Amino acid sequence: MAVRQLPPDQPAGTAPIEAAAATDGGVAVAPQWKLVWWRFRKHRLAMVSAVFVLLFALVGVFAEFLAPTTPDSYSADHTYAPPQGLHFVDTSGGGTRFGPYVHGYTSVRDPETLARVFQEDESQRIDVGFFVRGEPYEMWGFIPSDRHFIGPTDPEQRVYFLGADRNGRDLLSRIIYGTRISLSIGLVGVALTFVFGIVLGGVSGYFGGRTDTAIQRVIEFLMSIPTIPLWLGLSAAVPRTWGPLETYFAITVILSVIGWTDLARVVRGRFLSLREEDFVLAARLDGCSRPRIILRHMLPSFSSHIIASLTLAIPYMILAETSLSFLGLGLQPPVVSWGVLLQESQNIRTIATAPWLLLPGVAVVVAVLVLNFVGDGVRDSADPYR
Amino acid sequence: MRAGERAAEAGGAPAAQAGGAPGAPGGEVLVELRGLKTHFFTDEGTVRAVDGVDLEIRRGRTLCVVGESGCGKSITARSILQLVEAPGRVVDGRILLRRGGADGGPGEVVDLAGLKPGGKEIRSVRGKDIAMIFQEPMTSLSLVHTVGNQMVEAIRVHNDVGKREARERAVELLGMVNIPNPGRLVDSYPFQFSGGMRQRVMIAMALSCDPGLLIADEPTTALDVTTQAQIMELLKRLQRELGMAIMFITHDMGVVAEMADDVAIMYLGKVVEKGPVDDIFHDPKHPYTRALLESIPKIGHRRRERLRSIKGIVPDPANRPAGCVFHTRCDAFMPGRCDATVPPPVALGPDRQVRCLLYGGDGGPAPGAPDAQTAAPEPTPESSHGD
Amino acid sequence: MAKLVIRRLIYMVPTMFAISVVTFLIIQLPPGDFLSTYIAELSSRGDAVDTRLVEALRERYGLNDPIYVQYYQWISHIVLQGDFGDSFLYRRPVADLIWNRLGLTIALAVATLLVSWAIAFPIGVYSAVKQHSAGDYAFTFIGFLGLATPNFLLALIFVWISFNYFGQSVGGLFSPEFADAAWNLGKVLDLLSHVWVPVLIIGMAGTASLIRVLRANLLDELRKPYVTTARAKGLPEWRIILKYPVRMALGPFISTAGWLLPSLIGGEVLVSIVIGLDTTGPLLVEALISQDMYLAGSFILILATLTVIGTLLSDLLLAWWDPRIRYAEG
Repeated sequence: MAVRQLPPDQPAGTAPIEAAAATDGGVAVAPQWKLVWWRFRKHRLAMVSAVFVLLFALVGVFAEFLAPTTPDSYSADHTYAPPQGLHFVDTSGGGTRFGPYVHGYTSVRDPETLARVFQEDESQRIDVGFFVRGEPYEMWGFIPSDRHFIGPTDPEQRVYFLGADRNGRDLLSRIIYGTRISLSIGLVGVALTFVFGIVLGGVSGYFGGRTDTAIQRVIEFLMSIPTIPLWLGLSAAVPRTWGPLETYFAITVILSVIGWTDLARVVRGRFLSLREEDFVLAARLDGCSRPRIILRHMLPSFSSHIIASLTLAIPYMILAETSLSFLGLGLQPPVVSWGVLLQESQNIRTIATAPWLLLPGVAVVVAVLVLNFVGDGVRDSADPYR
Repeated sequence: MRAGERAAEAGGAPAAQAGGAPGAPGGEVLVELRGLKTHFFTDEGTVRAVDGVDLEIRRGRTLCVVGESGCGKSITARSILQLVEAPGRVVDGRILLRRGGADGGPGEVVDLAGLKPGGKEIRSVRGKDIAMIFQEPMTSLSLVHTVGNQMVEAIRVHNDVGKREARERAVELLGMVNIPNPGRLVDSYPFQFSGGMRQRVMIAMALSCDPGLLIADEPTTALDVTTQAQIMELLKRLQRELGMAIMFITHDMGVVAEMADDVAIMYLGKVVEKGPVDDIFHDPKHPYTRALLESIPKIGHRRRERLRSIKGIVPDPANRPAGCVFHTRCDAFMPGRCDATVPPPVALGPDRQVRCLLYGGDGGPAPGAPDAQTAAPEPTPESSHGD
Repeated sequence: MAKLVIRRLIYMVPTMFAISVVTFLIIQLPPGDFLSTYIAELSSRGDAVDTRLVEALRERYGLNDPIYVQYYQWISHIVLQGDFGDSFLYRRPVADLIWNRLGLTIALAVATLLVSWAIAFPIGVYSAVKQHSAGDYAFTFIGFLGLATPNFLLALIFVWISFNYFGQSVGGLFSPEFADAAWNLGKVLDLLSHVWVPVLIIGMAGTASLIRVLRANLLDELRKPYVTTARAKGLPEWRIILKYPVRMALGPFISTAGWLLPSLIGGEVLVSIVIGLDTTGPLLVEALISQDMYLAGSFILILATLTVIGTLLSDLLLAWWDPRIRYAEG
């Protein structure tokens, strides 16, 4: 959102740019990606957000290791157990002990509602350690291990930093695993969007004429259909018998089938204006082939715009997946995504007893927010010559 | 009628040169700039776009302000009406406007530099005492309002007239600037007009309150050559008929020769030389002025000479050279002097002024003005200018 | 202008045809049909399945015909007789089920659109004119937050807060005593007292993006030379801003109505499920999950039609607003 200052001259003035090129020889010869990077670095908000995006990515990649336990490890005794605060200094029992720990629970049954009510038991102490042994898992599906970044030092104990769900599963671990699925849906979806958008937008913009008209009609048509009912209709068509992986890809394809239109419009617009540029004409007169003109001369000149559009498309993918899964029409358990997690908080009663089940929503909001900031930053820096 | 009176008045005072030394506000000076400074406060630092400009605009005459792009001529013009946009601001100096004196009244002098941009006082000057037209006739008019709508608005801001009356005046003004069939075209949208027609509309709008000064900010730059000539012809005719002063901003020496009574040459926010047009063209003093004149083709050149271009480009205004701002590109650069001392204005005649150490000003060896020609390492002898 | 309207109306025909085909394909996509689901359900309960009854039903719904015949049957009944078919799930004509709910959905979407505009316009203008002010930053941040929060989550949070702090469960568009009452003044007032909650929740993201659009456009327009021209005339600043740049910036603002409407309808579907509104949302999802094809298909078809009409209206509004479009196409 940062706003560029106009050069201090009349609108048509070009002197400051020429002048800058003359006084700072470095600017004049820097490749485009470097110029973009220099400008991007000036956006403080975008830089901070980029760090967050990186953290999210790391959490997604190392989910098995970072989670205190596995997402499916359940405990019937811990239904809707509330979050446990992490303590560092223990002054109970006279002496002072350092080191992270949480308090245990005592649970009583409410005589009227028969619901289990948990209370933190100050006298119980569950030590928490780093790089502890715990629930065994297979890193990335093929490296067996039982080391967890954080967890109870005694593998028999259970800790719930962010509380538990209906089956006593650890919400933190589930959110961490959900990060992988939700972010990767965004990435895979955007990759598909990219292919559709570049190819169709490029064809539309480069050839123009009747091809362009046809593709534009299709885009207008797709944009005129209300997205959510269309998504709902398409995902309802995904057979229930399909496995998690097939459903995952089906949902991703559905999201990108509708999402490519924006990118295609951006690419088309750029192509249309570039087609008239002198350097494209020069390349054509030099006898360059069409693919070469497109790939070597036209694409590089607006690749930063494409990257910006793609960055901005990821959060929309994430939001869409979350919405679909929330309705029960997207990913299905046992696959864990943020949307699937939020599905559990659909009714008022659950939210009233276990409001921490809304926490996956916080993950969604923060992820979407930082991705938006980064995308805006890239877009603002995308045109370093402006 | 008012116009007629004014024309008579302007005609009655042709002796503009009688004004005495610059700085002494003569009776015919309409607007006087003294030490005007307009700076832009950007993230990268302060850009001194206008850095101490002295100018005087006389009633009924045309002052051309010339310079390369980025020299601050446009900002100077905008500063007069406080139209400089943030982060720019008029930080110092005076802009003295003489109001009311034309009709024989006592008149008053207002310092526009002290007025708040967007405030009531400066708004009463804009469009009424001083009107302005711009470089881009395509974008300077709103494309979604009719020509009539925009003109009626300009008329009614300063005159207490009804809509119908204002519309009649708008049609009359359009006729004055040679718009064919003004009664019908007054209801058209600007996007239905050509560039030249739009600039005519802009001029008509600017004339709607009979201003004493018309500031024209490169009004012909975006037009083709034929239209340029027509617009200049129109402005000259209107000046004869209405007797207004014109401040004409341009980078085109050909336009200057066509339009100007007086000329001011600007470089990097400073006026480096000013004087009557004949003096400037026939006896340029500042190395920059000379270089500018040598860079344009002349009819009647005896030999097939290459046109000279000024070496280098305008330095970054945020990063100005020390001493004389032109020394980095000057052919007559004197090491140790030009890069150390800021040249003060040197008066060479009643209306002639130059800022160059060749003509003195730093206490060093100051050859007299005539000797300067020989003192300067001038590759082209002056005689080559002869006609 | 009349030519423009007619041209746009003609454009609508192929679009509508394409929408009906896509809708039909969507409801045909799931493997099997409602009857097979129904039979499977019966046999899993151990009930005897009367094959003759099934055959009769098949015949009645034309399930044995080729797909294009089925399409023709379906669409011709809708267009010619207004007959949307029967809902398998409710055993009633679809038309009986949907119009009430659609009416509420449309009312909600239009109300949200108007409220979004009413909120976004002054904030957008303020943010652009007072760029870099504290207010601008605050609104920009809230706007980002609004865009990043899925509106069903907003609804969930709202439900939680009102339950926790006000001890009541919100939801519905009517108080219980009015829910089944006939329409009267009391019911309308009751509706108004409930409707602001879903309107705000559904409108959040749309309002946020409208503010961003308006602010960005207005920032561009404020730097255009015609603004300087207007200043040079001596007009007061606020009059300049409202007459010229705001007018220009509102063009894209108006055309947003076209794409805002589909997203509002989508948001309405999700929010209605969370806060229990008797609009199209819950019924549509139910119909989709249970493969009640005529019901689901009718909803999708009608919602898409509404969107196309909305786009048409915003196009026409834009042409009326911007003479350049009017003259270029008229």
